[in-house]
Amino acid sequence: MQRLSPTFPVIALASLVWMPSAVCAAPRDLLAVYETVARQATPSFAGFSAARGARFFQEPHGGEWNCATCHTPNPVTAGKHARTGKTITPLAPGANPDRFADAASAEKWFRRNCNDVLGRECTPLEKGDVLTWLLSLK
Amino acid sequence: MCPDLRRRIFDLVVWIGSLVLAGGLLAGEAFAERTRPVADNATYRTECGACHVAYPPALLPATAWRAQMAALPRHYGVDASVDAPAVKEIGAFLDANAGRDRGVLAPANEPPRITTTDWFLREHRKAANAIRTSATVKSAAKCGACHPGADRGQFDEHAVRVPRS
Repeated sequence: MQRLSPTFPVIALASLVWMPSAVCAAPRDLLAVYETVARQATPSFAGFSAARGARFFQEPHGGEWNCATCHTPNPVTAGKHARTGKTITPLAPGANPDRFADAASAEKWFRRNCNDVLGRECTPLEKGDVLTWLLSLK
Repeated sequence: MCPDLRRRIFDLVVWIGSLVLAGGLLAGEAFAERTRPVADNATYRTECGACHVAYPPALLPATAWRAQMAALPRHYGVDASVDAPAVKEIGAFLDANAGRDRGVLAPANEPPRITTTDWFLREHRKAANAIRTSATVKSAAKCGACHPGADRGQFDEHAVRVPRS
């Protein structure tokens, strides 16, 4: 039998590590991941709510900004960075298919932006509610 | 021909030659400035260029870029942290393409700003008032407001358009 290349275990491991982001390629898949995590964290979890997500997106959180400051209250339209003025493409996947297409990228922005707006990371429930609302926008 | 006249002609030739040479060097430098390829890195462009112009690395010295990279979670009041592989790649790119020290003036507790370097202030002295009063520009860090090619690293003086309002 031909011997496997010594790099085989490395490649196999790497593909396992990369698999989650490949599996979560679409926003609905990312939403399913949030649901699994939310259910584990809160046994009383009763599903995500678009209405709760819309409220969370637009209400103040004690700091200078909320989500709508940069993404506008109607995120099917383009927004503007509060500091630099740079155009931000629409956040709703219905208006911009690039949004939430890459799980790692979505997680990175949630981590940073929640930290800026709330001074902490968002919970899976908050992320799931917001994503549910964003997916309902056309 | 008398020696005095020959000396004068020689002086004249040297003068004209020097002027032509100096002019050629200046024009060549200006041309090089306009056509010099801008250092580029896809990760730098994606990560840093998401929120602002991907500033040409040559505009700050390596020490200043290292200070920026070390303070990304508190980047001018915004969390701009990136994952470890991106920190490594962007850091190496900035290190390799950083410029010479252009007189970085930054308060001790703040990261260095391109807009407070001696060089920047000198280059923008004529536009300083327009930059300050323009509602469109708002901040001197919004390069693209006046430099249409800023996103591609092009800052040619002849293409500058300061907005009227």
